[in-house]
Amino acid sequence: MSELSVNHLLGIKYLNKQDIQLIFETADHFKEVINRPIKKVPSLRDITIANLFFENSTRTKLSFELAEKRLSADVINFSSAQSSVKKGETLIDTVNNILSMKVDMVVMRHPNPGAGVFLSKHVNASIVNAGDGAHEHPTQALLDSYSIREKLGDVKGKKVVIVGDILHSRVALSNIFALQLQGAQVMVCGPKTLLPKYIDKLGVKVETNIRKALNWCDVANMLRVQNERMDISYFPSTREYTQQFGVNKELLDSLDKEITIMHPGPINRGVEITSDVADSKQSIILDQVQNGVAIRMAVIYLLASKIKQ
Amino acid sequence: MSQKVLLNAKEVNIILHRLACQLIEKHNNFSNTVLIGLQPRGVFLANRLTKILEEDYKVKNIQLGYLDITFYRDDFRRGEKTLEANTTKINFLVEDKNIVFIDDVLYTGRSIRAALTAIQSFGRPNEIELLTLIDRRFSRHLPIQPDYRGRQVDVINNEKVKVNWKEHDNEDSVYLIEK
Repeated sequence: MSELSVNHLLGIKYLNKQDIQLIFETADHFKEVINRPIKKVPSLRDITIANLFFENSTRTKLSFELAEKRLSADVINFSSAQSSVKKGETLIDTVNNILSMKVDMVVMRHPNPGAGVFLSKHVNASIVNAGDGAHEHPTQALLDSYSIREKLGDVKGKKVVIVGDILHSRVALSNIFALQLQGAQVMVCGPKTLLPKYIDKLGVKVETNIRKALNWCDVANMLRVQNERMDISYFPSTREYTQQFGVNKELLDSLDKEITIMHPGPINRGVEITSDVADSKQSIILDQVQNGVAIRMAVIYLLASKIKQ
Repeated sequence: MSQKVLLNAKEVNIILHRLACQLIEKHNNFSNTVLIGLQPRGVFLANRLTKILEEDYKVKNIQLGYLDITFYRDDFRRGEKTLEANTTKINFLVEDKNIVFIDDVLYTGRSIRAALTAIQSFGRPNEIELLTLIDRRFSRHLPIQPDYRGRQVDVINNEKVKVNWKEHDNEDSVYLIEK
């Protein structure tokens, strides 16, 4: 199989196992490309991509832009803060105006869940979801699984715990779908207030004791506490959260095995993990960032190949 | 679909030895020369030639790499299927080196055009030559010709030249297949 089963990347939920395998194999080739003296290939020189960011982002936006440029696509950027969205323009109007400039693909981050799905039904371009509210962040989940595969050889059979603010996290949901699709066991761990009510319906284990969770897992994916999404207090204080769910070197060393530490960033150093954990040998946080470019190159390349001339 | 034998195993073997000798005549001990097999099927020819050079002609330390040209092709999005990439493996510097591209069949010349672009991502070589087992005359789309050729054949457009290798296809042979 050499083709994705979808024309858009809206979420992991829409992919099958073969799609993920194809994305990983293609990313392997791009990883080799981005380690060459000249890191660019001319494949997408006739494709124009619009990065529409209706919500703040640093690494995802940079990673997508770099991936697009390394494939030689033309790139235009948009962020809602300096746009006509503030004047009341609708999403479809904004996107259609951009598409009338002959744009082939849209990479979109939006605060509302389902924005990508909605757009894919109304506009004639390939859509890549770069995060929609608390729903999905598919490329992050793909690069997380890819990094586990790189570090541990395979995702199948591995035990992964996702720690922290599951309730507000699109990374958690996409990761659960991606890991389960590849045959990993998934656990979520966090304060009860930050665990969605029906999370166990997704077939994940639930744990509220960080030590037990770490003892169970091969990989711990530490999420950031998303204060900006919190409209009420979900835990008494940051200090108390850190004491109960933060991971420090002492806790890691007290385990009878070596686990892999991941974090989708940005890290609140000293809150979800301490600096010595973030910078330790067990941490693959910077590998995740590097793999992000290769994964996004693969996704864009495979979707672009389905855009007919 | 009918097929005709263009070269049998014995003829392939004779040609491989001749090509190896031609390479030695030009590149002597290969101290500043590297061989690059073009993915996917040029790799078999490159491996075979390297083996002959090393075992039969005692040339030492030949540097052999594989180059994939998928991302440099000019037909991306033109065909029905997505182009599948292969592995590139070049573990040496190509800067100021003499490179010999090795491919099984030279047809339109577009693959070689892509390879010329692709190799620039690894540095600036001194010189690039082309070695091909089969040169399909009168079918070129670009002004590209081989420096070393095994056999030149006249093939019309609805015919295909298929090169088989013992290690992959169980026999050394070249067939002319009518599509």
